[in-house]
Amino acid sequence: MNRVELVCPAGSLPALKSAVDNGADAVYIGFRDGTNARNFPGLNFDEAEARAAIRYAHDRQARVFLALNTFPRPSQWEKWRRAVDQAAALNVDAMIMADAGLMAYAAKTYPYLRLHLSVQGSATSHEAIAFYAKRFGIKRVVLPRVLSLAQVRQVIRRTEVEVEVFGFGSLCIMVEGRCALSSYVTGASPNSNGVCSPAKAVRWEETATGRQSRLNDVLIDVYATGEKAGYPTLCKGRFAVGGNIFYALEEPTSLNVLEILPQLIRAGVVAIKVEGRQRSPAYVAQVTRVLRAALDACLKDPEHFVPAREWIAQLDKVAEGRCHTLGAYHRSWQ
Amino acid sequence: MKLSLGPILYFWDRETVLDFYARINEAPVDIVYLGETVCAKRRALRLHDWLDLAEMLSAAGKEVVLSTLTLIEAESELISIHRIAENRRYSVEANDMAAVNMLTGRIPFVAGPHINTYNSETLRILAEAGARRWVMPVELDKRTLAAMQQSRPEGMETEVFIFGRLPLAFSARCFTARAHDLAKDECGFCCRDYPDGMPLLTQEQKPFLVLNGIQVQSAGTYNLIPYIAELKALGVEVLRLSPQSQGMFEIIETFHEALNGRLDLEAAEERLLPHMPAGFCNGYWHGLPGMNWGRCG
Repeated sequence: MNRVELVCPAGSLPALKSAVDNGADAVYIGFRDGTNARNFPGLNFDEAEARAAIRYAHDRQARVFLALNTFPRPSQWEKWRRAVDQAAALNVDAMIMADAGLMAYAAKTYPYLRLHLSVQGSATSHEAIAFYAKRFGIKRVVLPRVLSLAQVRQVIRRTEVEVEVFGFGSLCIMVEGRCALSSYVTGASPNSNGVCSPAKAVRWEETATGRQSRLNDVLIDVYATGEKAGYPTLCKGRFAVGGNIFYALEEPTSLNVLEILPQLIRAGVVAIKVEGRQRSPAYVAQVTRVLRAALDACLKDPEHFVPAREWIAQLDKVAEGRCHTLGAYHRSWQ
Repeated sequence: MKLSLGPILYFWDRETVLDFYARINEAPVDIVYLGETVCAKRRALRLHDWLDLAEMLSAAGKEVVLSTLTLIEAESELISIHRIAENRRYSVEANDMAAVNMLTGRIPFVAGPHINTYNSETLRILAEAGARRWVMPVELDKRTLAAMQQSRPEGMETEVFIFGRLPLAFSARCFTARAHDLAKDECGFCCRDYPDGMPLLTQEQKPFLVLNGIQVQSAGTYNLIPYIAELKALGVEVLRLSPQSQGMFEIIETFHEALNGRLDLEAAEERLLPHMPAGFCNGYWHGLPGMNWGRCG
């Protein structure tokens, strides 16, 4: 079987070290500002930290990708453009980008720099991928978490561009790059600000009926006494539809593809990506270790690959909602 | 400024759609976008039906644009878009880069609201591919629009979504089917029962969102009627109204009269009120949370 790259998240230098030390083939990072889709307080890298991160990874034969995957408005253009310059000067192994205008700049100014189309680019078909390949020479695409396994297979069959898919982490249920729910409620969105349901808009309230979570005053969920409360990501709240109160969009749950790892590899996926630059170094270490073991086992003997029970248990422990799903890969989820 | 009617975002049955456009034929809109942009499973009308409608509407002097699907998952969906892209008569609204790729160098097209055109460089790339009009993504604000207008490519027109429930998100999952405890593959076209989408309320019973198959919309109606002078001053050529099942013809009439100065803005706002049953919003225009309603300059 082909070598498949394990791509892990790092929101800090310790997280990057955790990823590299536990077997990541590549780590993706972002600058400490709105130029990337995990713009959280206290997270990410300034230039010096990025340089140290790249040195650490390269010394250990791991690659570093830099996410520059938000969509700059005209007033932000210069800053985003400078971030491309900075990334090029840092000698990152690839830039993960979503904005067509910014990709045009990168491709023209640094033709030798490897471009990956971010999941935020919303490319779900070989035709969409072809646009970015022809126009900007992208080498890899990260597929949105909306395709079934059969559909992923179909895309790979029809494109020359490498395909990377999400393997584990919090599950975005909307087409990435096409969700404005967060800006509708809070004014800040993944596309524009690199955040979804930002912490500064969250408010918790203890009431007689239970613990309430609000996002810019909108009631996202109510938890009964003793019930475990989750972060109020707005698509994972409980709402009233047709007279019933339930997780109308999605339960708090994580994506986990271990079950279909051999099929994904056989389909020709070149890289498995872990979500979670906002998570701790301990999370990164745990998830990287398990996925490394799973990938190695699967690559060695795909016919007999069965995910070990302890892997699943270890992953569930750190997973959002402490449970997992195959998400859209499994047709019935759709 | 011209008035456009966006594609019908909901699943209306065939008769309703045909009746609707028969009336649109007589209504004062200049541009009509036709086609299914949300769910490929909705096939009450096939391409030849849409083309028949296109012929009727263009005979009535309207500019017709064929809109394409926003989320593409299957090869069959690409084939459908190919067919639309190959038509030689009507312009096409691309709502995904797959459509942009098919249309590049073929016919002038419209870059729809779901193409992420957030800056002038991206707009230039789209212009090079053959776009002659772009529809501003709904989350963008007037300052961004002003900056984009200053450096837009030669011959490029700008369209702004100014009235309707905002299309906010798309998923692989059908939320209407989920609310009925049905799998998407066996949805039974339950979205047909919700001609304006299925309301989603908070646990405090406040209207929050609307489920429309795989699309999520705002419950509140986006309404920029107070700002039509500003839109004009910014050089916007086209104002988009998004179809809803109730009151659409009065809405069109109201905007038409307001644009012609026959109705003052306060009276126009008053007339629109009954057609925004779950409230209204304009936050995005001011660079605020989209659900807000603000009056600031």
